[in-house]
Amino acid sequence: MGNSRRSFLKVAGITALGIGTKPVLDVFASSGGNGAEPKSEVSQNEESLTAKRWGMVIDTRKFHSAEDLDPIIEACHKIHNVPELTEPRHKIMWLWGDEYKHVFTHREHELINDRIKHLPFLVLCNHCEKPACVRACPTKATFKRDDGIVLMDFHRCIGCRFCMAACPYGSRSFNFRDPRPFIKEENKEFPTRMKGVVEKCNFCAERLAVGKMPACVEASNGAITVGDLDDSESEVRELLRTNYTIRRKPDLGAGPSVYYIV
Amino acid sequence: MLELALKGDKKYWGWVIALLAVIGVAFAVYLKQLDFGLGITGMSRDVSWGFYIAQFTFLVGVAAGGVMVVLPRYLHDYKAFGRITILGEFLAIAAVVMCLLFIIADLGQPMRAFNVILYPTPGSVLFWDMIVLNGYLLLNIVIGWNVLEAERNNIHYAKWVKPLIITSIIWAPAIHTVTAFLYCGLPGRGFWMTAILAPRFLASAFAAGPALLILLCLIIRKVTKFDPGKEQIQSLAKIVTYAIIINVFFLLCEVFVVFYSRIPSHMSHMQYLFAGLHGHGALVPWMWTSMTLMATSIVLLVIPAARKNESILAFTCVILFIGTWIDKGMGMISGGFVPNPLHHVTEYMPTLPEILITLGVYATGLLILTILFKVAVGVKEEVGGLKDSCESC
Repeated sequence: MGNSRRSFLKVAGITALGIGTKPVLDVFASSGGNGAEPKSEVSQNEESLTAKRWGMVIDTRKFHSAEDLDPIIEACHKIHNVPELTEPRHKIMWLWGDEYKHVFTHREHELINDRIKHLPFLVLCNHCEKPACVRACPTKATFKRDDGIVLMDFHRCIGCRFCMAACPYGSRSFNFRDPRPFIKEENKEFPTRMKGVVEKCNFCAERLAVGKMPACVEASNGAITVGDLDDSESEVRELLRTNYTIRRKPDLGAGPSVYYIV
Repeated sequence: MLELALKGDKKYWGWVIALLAVIGVAFAVYLKQLDFGLGITGMSRDVSWGFYIAQFTFLVGVAAGGVMVVLPRYLHDYKAFGRITILGEFLAIAAVVMCLLFIIADLGQPMRAFNVILYPTPGSVLFWDMIVLNGYLLLNIVIGWNVLEAERNNIHYAKWVKPLIITSIIWAPAIHTVTAFLYCGLPGRGFWMTAILAPRFLASAFAAGPALLILLCLIIRKVTKFDPGKEQIQSLAKIVTYAIIINVFFLLCEVFVVFYSRIPSHMSHMQYLFAGLHGHGALVPWMWTSMTLMATSIVLLVIPAARKNESILAFTCVILFIGTWIDKGMGMISGGFVPNPLHHVTEYMPTLPEILITLGVYATGLLILTILFKVAVGVKEEVGGLKDSCESC
């Protein structure tokens, strides 16, 4: 009896060790070689909007005050079940407005013209080419898709907030408490989050997948345009070609995909 | 050997029960945090790491500091430290356990912690931190236990332990280097973005760790029959002296680079900590206290007469420990988050529940330390380490 119990424990122990180490070994085995990584086939919705590299151009000339941004922010937060927390420390923000000197910290100067000085600029996740958050995440709960969109897996996130420390744009929020009681009107089409996980703008990946433009684009009256940065014929490329645009903290080399016409 | 921890006088059990009481209260508060979320802490969207991560950072240093008795003993064959290497190793065990507990306390979803192993991400420094911390814990448990058991049986420790000891000596700086890499590789956090962060961490670790060890040696001498030794304490004091001077030197190097270059994204954090920024300066008195304590400790350590006087030395170690604790346990982490990447100032102060949970983790560490030291001292008393001749060690 004692003997079989011991051998059972042995087998159980080895099995547990195997389960624990297999994924680790897999990673080391696959990270070095350029061999084919197993990719699952996912069939795509035919109506879905696709791009090689998604990007956004915000024409700030079309905004005049904070009121102009409100409907856009509301549209985003409403469809994504972003809670409205009263405690400022616990705020969740996917899209918000801030002053030039805070948004473009490396470009501010005292003598900048009045329009720019007082104009609120839209701020959101930059869906960087080389996202620092993705690099920092210890569980791949945040990851970059092939089309450039940086996403979150709310079910995998352990809430270590390494991504928040890594993001140089302050684009991430953490659920310091259960957000659900603070959602005014729940959108059943999009998941709510639980306490203890990080969240941020997802470039409306769920809308692009069914052929809809991001909510902010729809609500912006043409001030926000998204499209394929890799396609020279795209609308965003046309805007970039014909306007002077700036990005936030380009000197950090993260390669933000959100451009601002000022 | 663990049975040695079960025999103790009233004072011993009183201490153990007191620690258990603190742990009990803290655990109840932790259950509350688990239920409500990290919102019961003072952390915010802007200062997203607080007291827990700062304590973790400081204690990694204390753990690494233990190597300062192991290294001279095994690499330089400095025999005197043979009497106290076990204390360094056991201190490291208690410190690393506290580190791991602080990480768990800081997770938003602690029940998912295993995801770090299920979805290993070698690109993330946190993955490596998990490996080095657990590895260091395991090394010290195996080494400490085996060497102590051999000492008890009056035999030489097994041959296979030696390579592990050498590994642990290299491993100790590694745990604090990796911990520094958690911070110093992050773009857009000017306060931490300095190549000297890891060396700075190590210098403060090699000051704070051995300073704590000196205090523990003095306590052991007072409450047990085992005397860790005058020479041992003095050698540790010299190590502490060099380390704290190097620590302050590194800090001054930072101050020069930051304020001479005048790059705002680097300078603003230092301004916030030492002078206040846009009217916010909650940490200013703390930081100057820290600087004063560290400077005073240097003076008292450098003067030979003061260093050799064990009463003054004990005082020096206390203020040095507090000084380095404020520097790392309060300023280092929140200082990096204020101002935030958009140059807004959101201040951070730990809340009462946060402090209680922190105290609970410290009490857990102290409990482990008490038990381990009780075992170690019990063995020392058994084999007659009361006299100064200790040949097997």
